[in-house]
Amino acid sequence: MSDAALDMGKPAEEVEDISYLRAGHSLRSWFLTTDHKRIAILYLVSIVFFFLIGGAAAAMIRLDLLTPAGDLMTNEGYNRAFSLHGIIMVWFFLIPSIPNTIGNFIIPLMIGARDLAFPRLNLLSWYIYIVAGFIALAVVLGGGVDTGWTFYTPLSTMYANGMVAATVIAVFISGFSTILTGINFIVTIHKLRAPGMTWSRLPLFIWSHYAVSIIFVLATPVLAITLLLVAAERLFGIGVFDPALGGDPLLFQHLFWFYSHPAVYIMVLPAMGVISELITSAAHKRIFGYWFVAIASIAIAVIGFLVWGHHMFVSGQSLYASAVFSFLSVAVAVPSAIKVYNWTATLYKGDIMIDAPLLFALGFIGLFVAGGLTGLMLAMLAIDVHVHDTYFVVAHFHYIMVGGTVTAFFGALHYWWPKITGRLYNETLARIAAIVILVGFNVTFFPQFMLGYEGMPRRYHVYPPEFQLLQVISSAGAALLAVGYAMPAFYLLWSLKKGPRAPANPWGATGLEWTTSSPPPKHNFTQQPVVVRGPYDYPLEHPASRANA
Amino acid sequence: MKGLLIQLGLVWVALLILLAATVIAAHLPLGAAKPWISYAIAFAKAALILWVFMEMRKEGAIARLAMMAAMVWLIMMMTLSASDYLTRGWLSG
Ligand code: HEM
Ligand SMILES: [Cu+2]
Repeated sequence: MSDAALDMGKPAEEVEDISYLRAGHSLRSWFLTTDHKRIAILYLVSIVFFFLIGGAAAAMIRLDLLTPAGDLMTNEGYNRAFSLHGIIMVWFFLIPSIPNTIGNFIIPLMIGARDLAFPRLNLLSWYIYIVAGFIALAVVLGGGVDTGWTFYTPLSTMYANGMVAATVIAVFISGFSTILTGINFIVTIHKLRAPGMTWSRLPLFIWSHYAVSIIFVLATPVLAITLLLVAAERLFGIGVFDPALGGDPLLFQHLFWFYSHPAVYIMVLPAMGVISELITSAAHKRIFGYWFVAIASIAIAVIGFLVWGHHMFVSGQSLYASAVFSFLSVAVAVPSAIKVYNWTATLYKGDIMIDAPLLFALGFIGLFVAGGLTGLMLAMLAIDVHVHDTYFVVAHFHYIMVGGTVTAFFGALHYWWPKITGRLYNETLARIAAIVILVGFNVTFFPQFMLGYEGMPRRYHVYPPEFQLLQVISSAGAALLAVGYAMPAFYLLWSLKKGPRAPANPWGATGLEWTTSSPPPKHNFTQQPVVVRGPYDYPLEHPASRANA
Repeated sequence: MKGLLIQLGLVWVALLILLAATVIAAHLPLGAAKPWISYAIAFAKAALILWVFMEMRKEGAIARLAMMAAMVWLIMMMTLSASDYLTRGWLSG
């Protein structure tokens, strides 16, 4: 690998000053670009596209659930709608969402590099993702799948009659895109830091992306092989999961969740990195407990691999294993809690600027806490017997994946929008959108906790009439949420044409990405930056740490 | 170059011999020792591949560390899975 970004020998003067957006206007200059910033834009457009498709499926589901009789779709159609929703949202929106758009754009800027370590690999990663995405879309048009995003055996191998093999192959392929991104980030963070950018000066956004890259590289192969085994058993009758052929059906769940619990942290760790940046910038204050937050990311990445059995408490797993997994699941909550306390402590006595990014960040914290605490409830063996496979679980993970990650994604998009596009958006509209999203989210998903606790199972569209009121409230909330999500599409796009030009550092934030122009020049910096102080070098410190200094 | 090819060829032959050993061991009446013999053979094969084909013997500390991380993760996966499979009979109902 001798990619250009690795030889940093070129004298800085040779690099022209022209913005990356103006460096070439042809299609070729976009589709064959190796500039991490342009690839980030390619990803951004693609994930928004998949978000719309996944969102359309969600809209169908919520419409169908308005009436207890399941009047809109057939049973089969309903199964396909929620499977499509989960598969698209998890692999084609949430997993690439923050890392491949914001991360791709901001990581090299934050550490003072000209690009990622392997720019061509970065482009390849996008192409692989697109190929996988189009296979997934072809499946939708060709009839769909009805296994849910979890592909549980023996349903997926023996009974499901949708296009299971094609779908798992699409997910298999998308995994390679994820792995390449992980390798690229790890090498970049190790090798391309600017002079003076020591590990203890790394922004927390970088730490969380380092942690998530570890999961990318170590977890994704397990999913890839597991899905390949499903395809092999389904297509060629090779016995892996089918007991009649000498296999074990629970083996699928072990392997799947060995990937998929870490994958839920794939979805939330980058969001946590975003929040650390948004909070410090809005409070103009140093992060409280830098090392605790940094190490908590790594701890989450590692311990997150040891808890998967909490998805299998009622599946026939041995009680001893369940007890062990329950205990470990409680342990993984510790580093997450550390982060929440440290963000709050960072805000304490800060010089706070209540702009849209902060509203999104505060929303993240509240929703993540609700999602995390209900996760702890689910990790209790006795409670889980009651609420397993009910809407309680659905509400739990939506609080984290949508309330947490999607909210953080919007926060990040607003915070770095001036840097990415060189334009300022309308702050008032953005604040309104943030509030509409938070209200809409809670109206949609809080009733689902209640539904689940009272016994509404997940993945059914016919339900007892006494649940209708809560279901209708939830669907109404979803409509509000959709409005909230649509708003930024308008004012952000509008800002591209009419928004005022952004200065290099509109938030008065620290961090190398704010030292270069908005939008940045093609090679990020006109001069090689040299780092002489730690991150978050704001005038305010936490009162407690001042005493020690 | 030639020395390298010979070396790779030798490892390949060694892997084939180990493969033959696997097949033979599967058909011999070895009783309880049978799985352990298979594990040992599998381990030897993996070690050869890592050490020679994947060039771990030439790599620096970082690459070896990365390999060990993969091993540690594999062990985590197997140990915790075993905590289910090996204790299923412990409690009835
Ligand atoms: C931090 C981000 C988290 C995300 C994104 C997340 C996501 C998810 C998802 C997607 C599921 C449902 C999977 C399915 O059955 O289809 C789930 C279930 C579950 N989660 Fe979380 N989770 C997170 C954190 C936690 C935490 C911190 C805990 C506990 C310590 C936890 C405990 C559980 C349990 C026990 C279940 C299984 C419940 C059941 O099926 O009965 N989760 N989570
Ligand atoms: Cu989990």
